[in-house]
This record gives sequence, structure tokens and C-alpha cells, in this order.
Amino acid sequence: MATSARPVRKRPLRIRRVLGEAAQYAALTIAAAIILTPIYITVVYSLQPVEEIFSYPPNLLVTDPQWDTYKRAFETGSLGRYLINSFIVATAITIGQVITSVLAAYAFAFLRFPFRNLLFVVFLASLMVPWEVTIIPNYQTISTFGWLDSYQGLIVPFLATAFGTFLLRQAFLTVPRDLRDAAAMDGYGHIGFMLQVVVPLSRAAVGALAVFSFLLAWNQYLWPLLITNDDDYRTVQIGLKALVSSNIDEFNLVMAGTVIAAAPILALLILFQKQLIRGLTSGAIKG
Amino acid sequence: MDDMSATEVTIALPKPAGRWRARPRLKEAAFALVLLGPSMALFSTFAFYPLVKTFYLGFFRSDPFGLSSNYVGFDQYLDVLQSNEFHRSLITTGLFALFTVPTGLVLGLGLALLAHQKLRGMVVYRTIFSSTVATSVAVASVMWLTLLNPSLGVINYGLEESGFEAVNWLGDPDWALPAVSLTTIWLNLGFTFIVILAGLQTIPEELHESAKIDGAGAVSRLFNVTLPMLSPTLLFAVVVLTINAFQSFGQIDILTQGGPLDRTNVLVYSIYTEGFRNFNEGVAAAQGVALFLIVLVLTLIQFRFLERRVFYGN
Amino acid sequence: MSRIAFRDVTKRFGDVVAVRDFNLEIEDQEFLVLLGPSGCGKSTALRLVAGLEEPTSGEIMFGDVAVTDVEAKNRDIAMVFQSYALYPHMTVRRNIEFPLRTRKIPRAERVRLVAEAARWLGLEELLERRPSELSGGQRQRVALGRAIVRRPQAFLMDEPLSNLDAKLRVKTRAELVELHRQLSRTFVYVTHDQVEAMTMADRIAIMNEGALQQIGPPQQVYERPANTFVAQFIGSPPMNVVRATVAHGGDGLVANVPGGTIPLPPAAAAAAAAMNLDGLLVGVRPEHLLLDGGPVKATVRLVESLGHERHVICDLSPEEFAIVRLPADVPPPAKGETVGLTATAEHVHLFDPNTTLRID
Repeated sequence: MATSARPVRKRPLRIRRVLGEAAQYAALTIAAAIILTPIYITVVYSLQPVEEIFSYPPNLLVTDPQWDTYKRAFETGSLGRYLINSFIVATAITIGQVITSVLAAYAFAFLRFPFRNLLFVVFLASLMVPWEVTIIPNYQTISTFGWLDSYQGLIVPFLATAFGTFLLRQAFLTVPRDLRDAAAMDGYGHIGFMLQVVVPLSRAAVGALAVFSFLLAWNQYLWPLLITNDDDYRTVQIGLKALVSSNIDEFNLVMAGTVIAAAPILALLILFQKQLIRGLTSGAIKG
Repeated sequence: MDDMSATEVTIALPKPAGRWRARPRLKEAAFALVLLGPSMALFSTFAFYPLVKTFYLGFFRSDPFGLSSNYVGFDQYLDVLQSNEFHRSLITTGLFALFTVPTGLVLGLGLALLAHQKLRGMVVYRTIFSSTVATSVAVASVMWLTLLNPSLGVINYGLEESGFEAVNWLGDPDWALPAVSLTTIWLNLGFTFIVILAGLQTIPEELHESAKIDGAGAVSRLFNVTLPMLSPTLLFAVVVLTINAFQSFGQIDILTQGGPLDRTNVLVYSIYTEGFRNFNEGVAAAQGVALFLIVLVLTLIQFRFLERRVFYGN
Repeated sequence: MSRIAFRDVTKRFGDVVAVRDFNLEIEDQEFLVLLGPSGCGKSTALRLVAGLEEPTSGEIMFGDVAVTDVEAKNRDIAMVFQSYALYPHMTVRRNIEFPLRTRKIPRAERVRLVAEAARWLGLEELLERRPSELSGGQRQRVALGRAIVRRPQAFLMDEPLSNLDAKLRVKTRAELVELHRQLSRTFVYVTHDQVEAMTMADRIAIMNEGALQQIGPPQQVYERPANTFVAQFIGSPPMNVVRATVAHGGDGLVANVPGGTIPLPPAAAAAAAAMNLDGLLVGVRPEHLLLDGGPVKATVRLVESLGHERHVICDLSPEEFAIVRLPADVPPPAKGETVGLTATAEHVHLFDPNTTLRID
């Protein structure tokens, strides 16, 4: 009985599984297509001549790619300069945030000092002050410092992060206390232990913070809009807005600029997806 | 060797037993101060001081040219609280949250459920679904500015082909906020997807298996196992998305500049125009205080979930 | 370095006293074992020597020098941790080399010292591996390697064998003794395992509730326990201790215990009598109780077989019982049977019931 029943029962199951998988792939592919549509159209428009973009019905294929548009976008929109600025600002903020967070998280995880818990709450409290609330006094401060239209003005306010401190403290707390004692016996003070043991052991969390910081810094919009007027210091996000305002009818140019502004960070996502996901899922806020 | 014993002898000076040994602890506290110093200085300068200053600025009324300001106490706060502009701005922001959060959450959940399967090539799908997380608000807004453009938009073409009327998305007062919301939902989808997928992955496989053995079908498993287990993650996502909605600025600035007829003039955009266009610093500051209180409540809710995630999660 | 000494050391953690009025001298090149139940303060005592904890009061002395305020890294001692505390992200080589890297030792010299330590411990083949790729025994060796590579004056070991399986523990015990002999350095070794203490120590210091109970060579601690805690902590199964009264018997003083009388060692009994105590505590080890139909009557409650020997648990009264150790080749009594027990005077220990201290 058992042997004869086997093939009869197995076949429908397998067919159902194959059909199920096909349905899943279909659903996944449709969803992916919808999500990618804006990006696809952007790329298509960036390669079409302007007249073709205006054609009706719309043509969503590229027959004769106009690579020249990208060159023009770089030239008319100073996008090269903006990209360099964004890169400088985002890199500096990332390095700064990693350093300040490592230091502060180490203190919270490994040192005993008065008011430790209170200070930690104060750190967390800074998360409750949205940047948008404080733009006026912060603008005044930066203006007093003479930092309008400067890298300092774009970078310094963002060099510390309570979120990063929190993320790293959680990671540091998983470092066994015995390792601290062993390092002390092996002749290492706090700095040696921090740099040679704690940070290497927590490199996953440090990497997550770095990728996350870079992403947020690169994508900043409101603050660079407020404090930069000078092309020399504008970031690519603001440059993109300027490109749109001054070339509103040259959709191919605008779209090429958009691709240029988006490409570096999309590459970052593909390269560091794991770190980014870790950063986001540790309770992050996308700003 | 001689040198060493000499230094050790100095350490060996007789000391009374039972005294409080202050030195090492003091040293540790001083070191902690050095480590915390940079962050504390930055938070003080760019978060706490300006927060207090915002409250303070709300007490001063600027003249129409932004040249001088007078102390008016709580008058300005009361004016702002009672003004139609502020009410409309709050309602707009609330509507914006209402348009973006539930839809975004449902779509993110759907994508996460789709991607939470063991299939070949899933990495590619997951990367695509997460892709908008890396898209900046400026890039997304410019893309959608083009997509929604009535004279070349594919969306309108699609509508017309399906028998609907074309819509002047960003120019029509009734459609501007939904259009901005659409952009925002797309922009946030990557984040929502990632967070919910991570939440799904923490649900133990045994729970599904045991439910299967108990005879639960796919739908029953979704409602009786997955969603209840996922509820902390979903609540976390709701709070973060809501805070995001209240802090949104870039998409408004690029797509509509608050218009048409102020229909997309959300709170942050209003703060921006009052503070940096109309030079009404006091009014902007008072609105900032309102925003702070709203976000504060949302953040406190979020911390509760953050705490729970720390204890049980990951 | 010569001697390590505790001078009136007390260590409090909040309201908890971990180490209380501790005085102990550890001789140069001695293998001293700190033995006690968990939570008795032995690990804290070791960490005080290491410099990982500061005493609340009192001083830690190395020779004639108080090192209480000297940081751990400047005390020239090494420590092996129960968890081994290997750095997970470093290879075995880097782990062993790690203590040398802060000490401005030239690279070539470091390589030589690591190679030598690895050869000693048989780790040559494992130098490029990570701790996660090693067995428990190998990790334990790496921890030892990291300790010996810099030739410290003293080695501190905190339960270093407790994560090894039984067979490996026996083997490593012998190796540690051999290592101690070769290195000629002071070893301070913390354990809760009396077998480790008995087999390895030159002297055992027994601690309970933060206080030192007794210090002496293993055999002495076994033969002349200073109080009932030591008497019952050392030896397995533990010493039988019952309440008794002193009386005059045929050959001198005897103890009336539940179920009968046992003879007492004359000198100790006289001393006890002179103290005018209201009763006595009498102790006899299970191996010194004979099941020969002697004068103490008892009922067999349970016979446990361990293969090479048996433990017979006998009820002397509803409240008191005694354990008798029987060789495996002696036929055991049946459960419920009434038996007669004998103890010889030379193997009877007397303790003051008020202070629990030994009476000699």
C-alpha cells in the first residue's frame, strides 16, 4: 500500500510547489518592475534627445543614446564640483562620527564614572531634538562663526551622533569583561584595549555606523540648502535642485544630473548592503 | 634594575589602611570626560543650546523687515497656536502622515513577505526592494517631478489609456499632496522593507512549522503567527515613518514649494519660509517648538520599542 | 619578587564583603592554591593580587613593597582566566605575542619568544589559527602561552581547568605541576575543586565567606582540619560530624554519640574536658568508619555504588546520619539492616561547638 501510494501523492505536491514558485517569482518580478520604473524612466530620459521625451505616446526605449547629455550636465551644472563637495563633506562627517561614537561608547561601556547613566540619558535626549526644529539658532551660530559657505559649516554640526554612540555601546557591551582584564594584564591601558581589541572585535557595528553615516550625510538636503550659496561649497543634492530650477525644460539634462547624483550612493548600497541593513535595523531613523 | 626598585620604593611609603583610594577612580572619571568631551561639546552647541534658543526666540516678534525684534512673552506662541496658517499647516502635515504611513507600511510588509522566502535569486530582489533607501530626497523628488509632469508624464499617459482623465498632479490643489505623498511612499519603501524583513527573520522557524503541523494554512499562519510576532517591528516602523512625515522638507521644496494654495505647506516647510524667506524668526521658532513637542512624544514612544529591541532583539 | 602578601585586606562591593581582613603570605616560587566554594571570595583575592581590583582597605605587598596603587600592567605578573580570555580576532601567534608588543621588545626577539613558548606547549602547528578553530584544550594552552611568554614573576590562574573535560583535566594537572617546576615562579591558583588543590598545591589556602579558614600543605589540611568547614569541605564524601557529650569510659574519655559511644584521642579529649564545653562536635571521615559490628548502632538507609567503592548512608538517629566508605570487594549491608560502626581514637577529630574550631 505504502509503496503504491507514494508516486500518486508525490506528483500533485511537486506540481503545486512548482506552480507556487512560479507565482512567487511573478509577484516578485512585478513588484521589482514597479519599484524600478522611476529609476528606469530617469535613465531612459537622460539618454533620449529632448524632442523624443516630449513625444506622445511616450517612447520608453532608448534607440540612440545621447551620452553627450552627461557631459553637458557636468559642465553646465558644475556637477563635478558638487560631487567632490558631497564626497568631502560625507567622508569627513563619517570619519568624525565614527571617532566621536567610538570614544563616547567606550566610556559608557567600559569606564566607571559619576553620573554615567544620567549622561547616557542626556546623549539619548539629543535624539529628541530634530534638526528641523533648531535650524534658526543653528544658522545664527554658524553665521557667527563665519562658517556660511564653508566645509566647516556643513561638517562640524554633524560630527557627533547619539545614535552611533548607542549602536556602538551595544556592540562594545558584548565584548567579554575578561578580555579587558586580560589586556590589562598584558600591559594595555584603555587606549590600547580600545584600538587593538574593542574596535576590531566590533568592526561589524563600526562598519554599519560608517555606511549609515555616509548615506545620511550624502543625502542631506535642508542644511546645505540653508548655508550654501556659493558653487564652491554646494553639495550635489542642492546642485541638483539648482540644475532643475535653471534648466526646467531640458529634461534630458536634468535626468542625467539625477543619475549622476544618485549613482555613487546606489553603488554604496550594492557594495555595503549588509552593513547598511544592520545600521537601519538597529533602530535608525532615516532623515 | 636599580632605577626600578628606586621608583617602587617611593610607592611603598607607608599609608594608613582603610583610606578611600581616590586616585584610580578620579583618573578613570577624568579619562571618561576626555572621551565624552567631543560629543558633549557638539551636542551642547548644536542640539541643546539651539533648542533652548528656539524657545527663547519664540518670545520675540520681528518687525516686517526682520531688522529688529521686541519681547512679547507668550503672545506670539498664542498667536501662532490660534492662527489659521498654523492650523492648516498642522492639518496638512497630519494628512501627509495619513497618506504616507499606512500605505507605506502595507506595501513594505507586502514586499517583505514576498522576499522572505527561500528562492534562488532572492538577493537580487532584495537589493531592488531596498534600493530606494539609498535614494536621496532630492534625487527622488526630481525623478518624480518628471514622472508627474503633465506634458510628458507616463503616469498621465497610462491614465488616459485606461480611460481616466489626465491630472495636473502638482498644479492641482486637490492632487498636490497625494502626489507628494506618492513620492514619499516610494522614497521610504526601501527603509520600511528592510526593517520589516529583518523583523520577519527574527521569528523562529519552529513557530511556523508547529503551526503547519497544527493544520494552519498560509493565511491563518500570517494572521496568527507572523503578524502578532511582527507587531513590535510594525509599531517601530509606524513611529519612525510618522516622525519622518513630520520632518519632511526636501520633497515639498522641490515638487511644490508648499503650493498650490498652501496645500502642501507642511510644518517644516512653513518654518523654513517664515524663518528664511519672511524673516519672521519668532513665528518660525514658535512653530519649531510645536514640532519639537510632537516629535518628542513620537520619539518617547519609539524609545520604548527601541528598548524592547535591545533586550530581546537581534 | 620574593613573597606576595595580603596585609589586612578587605574588599567590599557595595554592601557585600567579598574579602574580609585577609592576611596571607605566599612564598617565592610556591604553588599556592586558593580553595573554596563559589562566592567565597577566592577569585576576588586573586584579582586583588593581579591589580584588577583595588582593596577597600589594607595593602597588597610584593616583597617589602606595597603595590596596592600599582597598575596591573606594571606588576610583572601574568594571569590565566577561566574563560581563557583569548582575543577572538587575533591568531594564536598574535595572542601569544600580544603582551610583548607593548614592551618595546624587538621584533626578532618577539618571534623567538613566541616560538619558544609554542614549542613548550606544543602549539607550533596552531600558530596561524584563530581561537575559534581550536579545541578547548588547545585554547587553554594558548592562554598559558600568553602568560609564560613574557616570563613574569608570578602566575595567577583562575579556575583554568574548569572548562576542560575530565580526562584532559587530569592530564593538564600534571602538566601544570611540571610547568611550575620548570619555570621556578610563584603560582597562585584558584579553584573550587579539592582534587586539583590536593594534587597540585604546595600549600592550600581554604576560604569561606571572604575569610581565610586554614592554610597548610594538602596532607596537613586533610589530617588536621582547623574547623568543621574545612573538615567537611576537604574529602569526599565529606567528614561525618555529629554532636556528642564527653563521658568516662573504660580506656579514658569517650564520646556519647547517637547510637553509641566512640573512643577519643586522649590529649584532645583532655583539652576539651578542660574547656568545660556543653557538648562537643565529633568528626570521623567515611574512610575511617568501619562496618564491623562495633558499638555504634545504625540503620542502613541507602547504599550508593561508585564502581570502585560504595558509600553506605546510615541513620544514627532521626536527625543524624553517617556515611561509611566501603571498598567494592566488601559485601555491602542490605537496606534497612541494623549495623554496628567502629571508629578508632586516632582518627577522631574534635571541634568546639561554639566556634567550630579544632580542639587538639
